[in-house]
Amino acid sequence: MTKLENSTMERPFHREHRSTVGTFTSDNPRIVCRSVDVYYGEKHAVQNINIDVGRHQVIALIGPSGCGKSTFLRCLNRMNDTIPDCRVTGDISMDGIAINGPEVDVVPLRAQVGMVFQKPNPFPKSIFENVAYGPRIHGLASNPSDLEEIVENSLRRAGLWEEVKDRLPQPGTGLSGGQQQRLCIARTIAVNPEVILMDEPCSALDPIATAKIEQLIDELRALYTIVIVTHSMQQAARVSQRTAFFHLGHLIEVGETAQVFTNPQHQLTEEYITGRFG
Amino acid sequence: MSDSSHQPLSRGHTHDIVMAGLAKRRSAEKRFRLFGLASIVAGLIFLLVLFVSIIGNGYSAFTYSNVALDITFDQAVIDPEGHRNPGTLAAADYDTLWKASLEKLFPDVTGRQQKRALNAFMGFSADKRLKDMVIGDPSLIGTTKTIWLPVDDTIDMLIKGKLGKEEELNERHLLDQAWIKTLQDQNRIRSSFNREFFTNGDSREPEAAGIWGAVTGSALTLLITIGLSLPIGIAAAIYLEEFAPRNRWTDLIEVNINNLAAVPSIVFGLLGLAVFINFFGLPRSSPLVGGLVLTLMTLPVIIIAARSALKSVPPSVREAALGIGASPVQMVFDHVLPLAVPGIMTGAIIGTARALGESAPLLMIGMVAFIVDIPKTFTSAATVLPVQIYLWADSPERAFNERTSAAIMVLLAFLMIMNGFAVYVRRRYERRW
Repeated sequence: MTKLENSTMERPFHREHRSTVGTFTSDNPRIVCRSVDVYYGEKHAVQNINIDVGRHQVIALIGPSGCGKSTFLRCLNRMNDTIPDCRVTGDISMDGIAINGPEVDVVPLRAQVGMVFQKPNPFPKSIFENVAYGPRIHGLASNPSDLEEIVENSLRRAGLWEEVKDRLPQPGTGLSGGQQQRLCIARTIAVNPEVILMDEPCSALDPIATAKIEQLIDELRALYTIVIVTHSMQQAARVSQRTAFFHLGHLIEVGETAQVFTNPQHQLTEEYITGRFG
Repeated sequence: MSDSSHQPLSRGHTHDIVMAGLAKRRSAEKRFRLFGLASIVAGLIFLLVLFVSIIGNGYSAFTYSNVALDITFDQAVIDPEGHRNPGTLAAADYDTLWKASLEKLFPDVTGRQQKRALNAFMGFSADKRLKDMVIGDPSLIGTTKTIWLPVDDTIDMLIKGKLGKEEELNERHLLDQAWIKTLQDQNRIRSSFNREFFTNGDSREPEAAGIWGAVTGSALTLLITIGLSLPIGIAAAIYLEEFAPRNRWTDLIEVNINNLAAVPSIVFGLLGLAVFINFFGLPRSSPLVGGLVLTLMTLPVIIIAARSALKSVPPSVREAALGIGASPVQMVFDHVLPLAVPGIMTGAIIGTARALGESAPLLMIGMVAFIVDIPKTFTSAATVLPVQIYLWADSPERAFNERTSAAIMVLLAFLMIMNGFAVYVRRRYERRW
């Protein structure tokens, strides 16, 4: 992926206009990003991103492969820390508190900003343990019955309870792909985060499982702020209120989803959503 | 590429090409399978030869010949003063008792040479058995009883037919053979389980030499080795793999760990001698020092195996754990380590099996000494199974020959029990996922 990005960045293509168009600010922002740059060693992977993430909103990040949308997403819960040579600069704050500094403790941050990955990655433990692990390490349950309640509620909210309530002690890896992904969502919301990051959560799933997850995202919006990276423009149009279009490490355009898809301001956005490249 | 060079192939054409090469592919496949099968068969044959030769040589050491003698516990010999003082009882000449009994059985033995031969029919073990009986039950004194007593080790060899065919025996052995025949005709000779072999320590007398001292020494040494190398090795592997920054220092450490794994084991023995015994003044020949030396030798193997096991845990598991806010330590101990346990156990098996079979470094720290007592603590003098095998293989007495093979069998059994335990642990963790 990074290799591809590198080769496309070398091309003298669309170099002319690189500042974001559209309204990148939000009236009621939960996360505020200003001048965010990400470097992988020498490579400038994400350049000068300014964007707000609104409260109880779903914001979709779209763009061609290797455009830096996943890299940017991983800045929001500091998962880029785990990659050697990766450097993130700029100001990112959540509810007015800076989260990008080296002095910030990532453990409470990641408890507040949960993440669902591209490939379903349940722990190779029981279904119950998968959901109970987060509350347990953070000490959210004071006794076993509390924990059971959290697990049940999380599985219910993830729409998985009816399917797994009789097989909680069985391994989570034995579920189908769509069920596994909903288990991962249940695991994330069990910690009761404020923001959920989703990195192409449906890319490994069939259309029926995808529809279930999309419906779930819509329901979760009432409680959480959601940032979703997706390759499917239909999905972005269906689930999000705002959409941000990335290209070659730049944030090209951001705005209300309806407006971005029906009346894009930037030529690149139009070409991408009409399928002329990407 | 021009269009003319890229003519579309008809379906039939492709099919012909594939079919033409198919025989070659098939024969290559068959050849490879044959090679594989042949190497497995060769391996099995070697294993079979090894087992047959060791077991064939050593199984007879598990039994020992006893002779039934009518022993008169003569008060005048054992306790002339009649005080039943344990000191007196222990110091008495018990050989007089069985010698008298033998003389009664063979009244026609008169010559000095022949008498000496008859007096060597039994040995040290017979004395000890009589002494233990009398001390255990002093009321025996004054009675006469038929008692099974172990014969001398040369006689045992003769009975087992291990001194060669009749025509190869010397005059002395022929004499012994005749007596054995007489005793056998009277049903006075039987062979029984050789308990002494499993309960005694080493001895210069093969009949009294046992493996238990070496087994205990090996167990104590391995306890130290496993107790130190497993936690230290796994901790080092986890730190290097999960926490240490990648820089010149960690590269240097990695290279040196790989080098250490290839260092000849005797070098570790020299190091142990210089550091643990000469510098720190730890007791020589002790399982403590032996265990420390073997720990140094085993550590690189365990670290390398544990690191590769940790490396093979899928990154998605780490991301999942970190993603819900697990600290790095929680990630490692709750998720990564359990998945790496099977791989780590494999490394631990290889490392400790090598440590168990190692003798060279232990020679350097004095575990080659002749030690009769069963070691009781980590600091008492001890030897280990491979060194015991080496010592016995070096001894001239014929009876040590079968004991050497028997000791090898004990070592192999020890190894199998240990490996069986490690395999059990590995399976248990593998089944969980």
